[in-house]
Amino acid sequence: MSSSAYRHVRRCVATVAVLAVGLTACSSDDGGGEGGDGRIRLDINGMPPNTDALELAVFNEEVEAFEAAHPDIDIVPHEGFMEPETFNTRIAGGELEDVFYVYFTDPARIIEQGYAADVTDFMDAHPEFEEIRPELHQVFQDEEGRQFGIPTANYSMGLLYNRDLFGEAGLDPDAPPTTWEEVREASDAIAGLGGGTVGYGECTIENTGGWHLTASIYSKGGQVAERDGEAWRAAFDSPETVELLENLQAMRWEDDSMGSEQLRTCEDLMIQMGAGQLGMYLAAPDNIPMIVRQYEGTYENLGLAPVPDGQGTLIGGEGYMINANASDEQIEAAMTWLQWRFVNADEIERRVLNTLEDDLPVGLPMPPTPDIWVDGATRDGVEALKAEHANVPVGNVQPFMDAATRIEGHIEPPRAQEVYAILDNVVQGVLTEEGADIRALLDEAETAVNRMYETA
Amino acid sequence: MTAPATVTKGHGREASRRRGPERRRRLTENVTAYGFLCAALVVFALFAWYPVVRNVILSFQEVNFVRGSSWVGLENFAHVLDDPLFGTAWRNSALFTLYALVLGFAVPFLTAVLINEFRHARAYFRILVYLPVMLPPVVVALMWRWFYLPEGGLINEVLGSVNLPTSQWLNSADTSLISLVIVSTWANMGTATLIHLAALQTIPGDLYEAAELDGASIWRRVWHVTIPQTRFVILMLLLLQIVATMQVFTEPFVMTGGGPQDSTVTVMLLIYRYAFVYNNFGAASAMSLLLLAVLAVFSAAYLRVTRGRQS
Repeated sequence: MSSSAYRHVRRCVATVAVLAVGLTACSSDDGGGEGGDGRIRLDINGMPPNTDALELAVFNEEVEAFEAAHPDIDIVPHEGFMEPETFNTRIAGGELEDVFYVYFTDPARIIEQGYAADVTDFMDAHPEFEEIRPELHQVFQDEEGRQFGIPTANYSMGLLYNRDLFGEAGLDPDAPPTTWEEVREASDAIAGLGGGTVGYGECTIENTGGWHLTASIYSKGGQVAERDGEAWRAAFDSPETVELLENLQAMRWEDDSMGSEQLRTCEDLMIQMGAGQLGMYLAAPDNIPMIVRQYEGTYENLGLAPVPDGQGTLIGGEGYMINANASDEQIEAAMTWLQWRFVNADEIERRVLNTLEDDLPVGLPMPPTPDIWVDGATRDGVEALKAEHANVPVGNVQPFMDAATRIEGHIEPPRAQEVYAILDNVVQGVLTEEGADIRALLDEAETAVNRMYETA
Repeated sequence: MTAPATVTKGHGREASRRRGPERRRRLTENVTAYGFLCAALVVFALFAWYPVVRNVILSFQEVNFVRGSSWVGLENFAHVLDDPLFGTAWRNSALFTLYALVLGFAVPFLTAVLINEFRHARAYFRILVYLPVMLPPVVVALMWRWFYLPEGGLINEVLGSVNLPTSQWLNSADTSLISLVIVSTWANMGTATLIHLAALQTIPGDLYEAAELDGASIWRRVWHVTIPQTRFVILMLLLLQIVATMQVFTEPFVMTGGGPQDSTVTVMLLIYRYAFVYNNFGAASAMSLLLLAVLAVFSAAYLRVTRGRQS
């Protein structure tokens, strides 16, 4: 072959190769519907990362067990949970899984935008879903009561505290504060230990300040937003909120018991709590294992009390929704998977025993014994299993559990993230500006929230 | 009178006959080059031009990735203009740019002048100044977050140890923005310093000698020799810096989240919030387009300056 012919052939081969690569890259993987083997293919996310080998092994065992029990369904798991930064682009690119994980902050927006399938008509086939508390279902419903997902875990906010620091400060670790005034007193006592110890901490950035303020407002019996005819209006500018913020202001500036660094995320607080440098902060029970596993805390040292004042609490949690583009067969398969995996009284004992074998915590109000059940046989059964198999000191969270059914849970306000972003400013103002005018901050925030609701 | 025309026509046909194979030969010879050019064009079209066009389209739409987007005219622009944070974000970005010009422009220039004065260890100082540029921006931001801690932070500890007043740095709306400018300057001054240094080294030494013979002080030598001789580089860096600093994002995103009290919310951070927190891609695109329009003015000035220099 002459050199020019060789060059020509080489160019042709290169061109074909490039085209082939391009076509392969552009071709879409048929991610849903019936697979080649006649089974219903179901792409799901929520698979733990490789770095969390223990949780991943548990997850894979569950998938195997489900597929063995449901040979007509092919579960295709994907790593990851809810990532707001990529969620929309994955929808746009057709990459969103058929069944996707959400936090309780997400469903309202996803329903409004039409990104989730209406599963109302598929609920009847699974009466087990009726055992979930109705206020949790409400998070996944639109205004007409249509259902767009399944709640799988519920965390209401409480007061997480460091029992050792309580003891060192001369406080009784078994009698945590029950009012915000008592929180202030305890915070002052703990900060008095010195060495950079902070009595009470608040997260204030990335909308977490507004989120925590909402929980605090609920704890005083207040509301963040209320209905005004068809529209919504801000409802947080109240004497209770002012009282709450004045208490926070006093802790920060009069008592100096909150430290000076205030631009913190909730993760910063977990790190401080794990390091034994923080006395208390508002948190859900899921923070406990995170502090133990990631930030070197211990179950023995962490206590959870009901939210101070206890006139209401913010409900948080997680669940799954189904892609709006899923076929009816896929929705049916998805509902079967979700019921089997998360709302399945028959499987709880096996999961509890597996969790014990893996040396993961049992006894907390979270998976494998999530606090999602209505009063009745299932709830009683789960509580009995928790009591029987607990491997963490459940007495430390008992005050929280005892109050769980007594304190009314409230869901988040409409357009929660935008409200929280605005309320971040209020909390930041109080904690970073000495002598901040609380009423002016609330007025400004109220105007901004009302404007946001008006332009919705 | 017709003959020459015929001759010309004949010459033309002859010439085009000759040009045909010539063109083919050139095409064959350059086919690889054209291939590379096409690849570059495709990449630019896909990853640079198409997103810009798409951004323009999205800014006039209510974006929905499942139901399909609908045209809403100028509503997205009205929405962002009506947002109380619109003015705040632009003011903060403009202030950041201004502070960054004062600090981030003067410091690299003076550092370059200083390094240029050294007879020894010039290369060592060049590396030293450039080191922060090699650190990932997020690492820089997290590191400075710790430096800035009001209690136990490096800066306040140092200030306190020499009895100087300490500050709340990021924890006060009064000092948060300037704190970010300091971080940005520290992290990015290496490149500008090296460019200034390169420009300084092109200045003929006899100019300084002549100035020295005339009794000019260091300051007068800088003012009358260095600055006029490097004014093109200064102007170019000035424009580039405006374009870059108006788009500041990493520092406020990682270090303050826009707080305290919106004192570090910048235009880019607001665009991010619209898109990824509020899922309003229309508003995010409208805001991006406004930023593009502002930056286009400075980019045009930059092109004019560089073209003028080339010509």
